[in-house]
Amino acid sequence: MNVLDVRRQFPILDQEVNGHRLVYLDSAATSQKPIQVIEAVEDYYKRYNSNVHRGVHTLGSMATDGYEGARDKVKAFINANSTKEVVFLRGTTTAINLIASSYGRANVQEGDEIVITPMEHHSNIIPWQQLAKATGATLKYIPLQPDGTITLEDARETITEKTKIVSVMHVSNVLGTINPVKELAQIAHQHGAVMVVDGAQSVPHMNVDVQDLDADFYAFSGHKMCAPTGIGVLYGKQQLLERMEPVEFGGEMIDFVGLQDSTWKELPWKFEGGTPIIAGAIGLGAAIDFLKDVGLDNIKAHEQKLAAYAIEQMRQIDGVDIYGPEKRAGVVTFNCDDVHPHDLATSLDFEGIAVRAGHHCAQPLMKWLDVTATARASFYLYNTEEDVDVFVKGLKKTKEYFGDVFS
Amino acid sequence: MSSANQLDTLYRQVIMDHYKNPRNRGELEGDTLTVDMNNPTCGDRIQLQMRVEDGKIAEAKFNGEGCSISMSSASMMTQAVKGLSTDDALRMSSLFSDMMLGKEIDTDGLDLGDIEALSGVAKFPARIKCATLAWKAMEQGIDEKQ
Repeated sequence: MNVLDVRRQFPILDQEVNGHRLVYLDSAATSQKPIQVIEAVEDYYKRYNSNVHRGVHTLGSMATDGYEGARDKVKAFINANSTKEVVFLRGTTTAINLIASSYGRANVQEGDEIVITPMEHHSNIIPWQQLAKATGATLKYIPLQPDGTITLEDARETITEKTKIVSVMHVSNVLGTINPVKELAQIAHQHGAVMVVDGAQSVPHMNVDVQDLDADFYAFSGHKMCAPTGIGVLYGKQQLLERMEPVEFGGEMIDFVGLQDSTWKELPWKFEGGTPIIAGAIGLGAAIDFLKDVGLDNIKAHEQKLAAYAIEQMRQIDGVDIYGPEKRAGVVTFNCDDVHPHDLATSLDFEGIAVRAGHHCAQPLMKWLDVTATARASFYLYNTEEDVDVFVKGLKKTKEYFGDVFS
Repeated sequence: MSSANQLDTLYRQVIMDHYKNPRNRGELEGDTLTVDMNNPTCGDRIQLQMRVEDGKIAEAKFNGEGCSISMSSASMMTQAVKGLSTDDALRMSSLFSDMMLGKEIDTDGLDLGDIEALSGVAKFPARIKCATLAWKAMEQGIDEKQ
């Protein structure tokens, strides 16, 4: 993979911010979009904007082809068994909420257990907290090791015959930890529980095969994988989705409506109420083509190399604490001496470097790390070693500046 | 503006001094107005305590965690409102809001003291919420009392 060729396809990267070349290291929050995706969305609005599945006119069928064609691409991309298993939603958060409020409400009762980890994103904690409160179930956590990983022994201790749902992120947005979700799915299944995977930070960065992982549900967002915001995917095994009730009613999900009762369309439309996110889905399809073209294995290797290179240099700066395990995805979360991460992020921004600072929607994890906030540099396919060099230089400069004002 | 100048505009010496040596950090004993407030987008949080006697803020102290802007603003705010009537404290808070919006302000007899050092924050919209956290807490405390 030629990273300079890749970069050229992202128009936004070719600009100055605060008088410096933009160094975008916040792709874990949202990725930038290649020209192919921008043009696919533009093309839809310019040439064939229309609603799907109801118009009998030409534009309507073009829009339907575009929308359903994107579903085919997602199916192949994650190796789902059928397009019936690919539900288009707004994103990971909406998908996990749907699982909790539909599958969860129907299958979890008082005395049951839901198992997650302390490293989860808020969107994979709160829906389960709410489900536990509503049903009288218990929310249990697989403990973290000192390096921010989980062990299968601990998972076997935590997951019991009472467990109905295990929900774990594939890759941590803070620590970069890559969780053994395939093995967790096995353990969950041995106890009759379903395995939910939050794939927000995995699908954009590595090959994901939902059948190989044997995940029952897998959720991810388009905007972190070069697609527009507002589109995401819930993958679910067909037999599970078929037994689930929709949580949104009206529009696209309707089959027959009577005065007192109605019926739903078949999968996957049953879960896609209202007018769906047509441009978003078309953009997601284009993003998948783009990512496949570059190659997910190449992307993964490239990011891990950049993260390792960054860590190696950051370790040489006194007072920089880096969180997370040795073997990790392309995310480096850290703190620097007494400089609060917000001040650090502001200072880097003055150099044109975009990093994230704060709790990263993972407050329980911040508590576990015993910090209130951290800074995070996250890498994607368009970042270069030069980006890392600029970032490290900016970090050193920031440390010197605040070191001086503190002394 | 070069990045070094930008840093100096935002992080004036006096701000860093308040961050490093916060005034009025701690807890008040006895009957106080206590307000807990946080900025959910970034996780900064403050606990502000005030003792109001005869319509005046007799004492104000804070505890909390956050960036240099939020903590130094709390330090300066508690310093500035001590001894003021609650009305004057609210008037000062509204002046501070105007300052964050980059407006020209008329202090109208109120002594802003070190607070003017925070005027540079107005140039960095992403950080205005940091600066106003303690002031919002103060307003809420007085609001609850009235």
